[in-house]
Amino acid sequence: MTVTKEAPPAPVTAELKVRKASTRKRLVPYWLLLPGILWLLVFFALPLVYQASTSVQTGSLEKGFEVTWHFQTYWDALTDYYPQFIRSLLYAGTATILCLLLGYPLAYLIAFKAGRWRNVVLVLVIAPFFTSFLIRTLAWKTILADGGAVVDVLNTLHVLDVTSWLGWTESNRVLATPMAVVCGLTYNFLPFMILPLYTSLERIDGRLHEAAGDLYATPATTFRKVTFPLSMPGVVSGTLLTFIPASGDYVNAELLGSTDTKMVGSVIQTQFLRVLDYPTAAALSFILMAVVLIMVTVYIRRSGTEDLV
Amino acid sequence: MPVLRWIRRNLIVIAGLLTLAYMILPNVVVMVFSFNKPNGRFNYSWQRFSLDAWKDPCGVADMCGSLSLSLQIAVWATVGATVLGTMISFALVRYRFRARGAINSLIFLPMAMPEVVMAASLLTLFLNMGAQLGFWTILIAHIMFCLSFVVTAVKARVMSMDPRLEEAARDLYAGPVQTFLRVTLPIAAPGIAAGALLAFALSFDDFIITNFNAGSTVTFPMFVWGSAQRGTPVQINVIGTAMFIIAVMVVVVGQLIANRRKNSAR
Repeated sequence: MTVTKEAPPAPVTAELKVRKASTRKRLVPYWLLLPGILWLLVFFALPLVYQASTSVQTGSLEKGFEVTWHFQTYWDALTDYYPQFIRSLLYAGTATILCLLLGYPLAYLIAFKAGRWRNVVLVLVIAPFFTSFLIRTLAWKTILADGGAVVDVLNTLHVLDVTSWLGWTESNRVLATPMAVVCGLTYNFLPFMILPLYTSLERIDGRLHEAAGDLYATPATTFRKVTFPLSMPGVVSGTLLTFIPASGDYVNAELLGSTDTKMVGSVIQTQFLRVLDYPTAAALSFILMAVVLIMVTVYIRRSGTEDLV
Repeated sequence: MPVLRWIRRNLIVIAGLLTLAYMILPNVVVMVFSFNKPNGRFNYSWQRFSLDAWKDPCGVADMCGSLSLSLQIAVWATVGATVLGTMISFALVRYRFRARGAINSLIFLPMAMPEVVMAASLLTLFLNMGAQLGFWTILIAHIMFCLSFVVTAVKARVMSMDPRLEEAARDLYAGPVQTFLRVTLPIAAPGIAAGALLAFALSFDDFIITNFNAGSTVTFPMFVWGSAQRGTPVQINVIGTAMFIIAVMVVVVGQLIANRRKNSAR
């Protein structure tokens, strides 16, 4: 009797224990996520909400700002600063294309041709990163200096005549012109292009190249029909990683450019930190964000790599 | 023309090496100009060789202070972002739960946004809260923007991990803690290390977000920025060169250790 009376509770507690453990187990991912996601919500998402509200406020620093749903700020910001906007997108776009053209051969070299030098070249790609990018950007001032070696060579080859005619440089000088800014941007974001390109090229099975060759494809055809399409994920993420930060950058424009090459980042910085016109600054950065997000979405759709994100 | 044929055959290699030269040129200039003795305040044109800056790297007012501040912030930002990011990565790879898609986009968005937008919006938050700008606001900002990069790096590693190894550990009566510490963590370590290294480099080098949220605190990138207007001391090139050399050495030593381990495992 005692045995049968004592026996039943055992499975019940065991089941309870199992159920408790499974609830605890189900909660594990949420506990893991909580601190990090909270951080992003409070310090990334919430600030965007605050900025949205700032952009429709009016007032001044002395009297305080108030939400008045003043959407006019957006229109004013656009009409006042559209040259800087267009310039930012133009410079960032040009730098991205140059990064792709310059970065592809190097990524290809590391992935297929470097052999036992592969790690050495990779280190040479990444190591410059560790010298502060501001110091490296300042070094371009020395390289592109008026009367320096680079300018002299470009002058003797009459390259500067052509670029000046196009409005990229001024006769006899590169520094403080659009070309210097684009050169700095390209340099700065090149590693962000090379690394994703390298990763996607490295995954390509070398036997595919052999197969293409066996089927009488010339190297150029092999590249066009096999290598390049297979490297598309790298091309897409590389161009995004280059274009997005470049469009908001103002360091290159400030250090290597002039007042005629100001990008929208400079304007936001000046409005926010010097003029203290918070609504205009907030509206400007919202427009920039919207433009970039729209362009990125369209680009990802069109390139057909939605699963990438 | 054999030369032309050789060039045509090796076109990709030549183009790649030219790009590499383009990437390294500024570092070479920084290194060379660390031995310069400039005439005026600006160190942009070569005058004559001198070891002065190397003998006295901290001889410039406030420079080494800003350097040590940047290092401190980078260390704490790395610790914070790596811990939070690793936890998120494990949750995302190992568990199925609701809101997974939303969380994935929340992590992707900071990487898909121009830095200046994040910088400006975070400043509006701090201004609205009446927060004192300085060390803590910089640290908060750095953890925020490093987090996504750590998640991406760690996730890649955790995804390629074989869950059967952990099952095997459990079959051999290892507890959950023991399994995690002795099996899971060591396998995930390279990914976590890559994420941490990335976070350190990003935080140490960040200018735009720091510039907005630092108040009157001066980190090393901000010091360099200011010096571009006031006159760049040669010592900045010394620090830049030293950073480059240290980075190369760290990579080389890491490679050697990895190679030795591989050999001894064989």
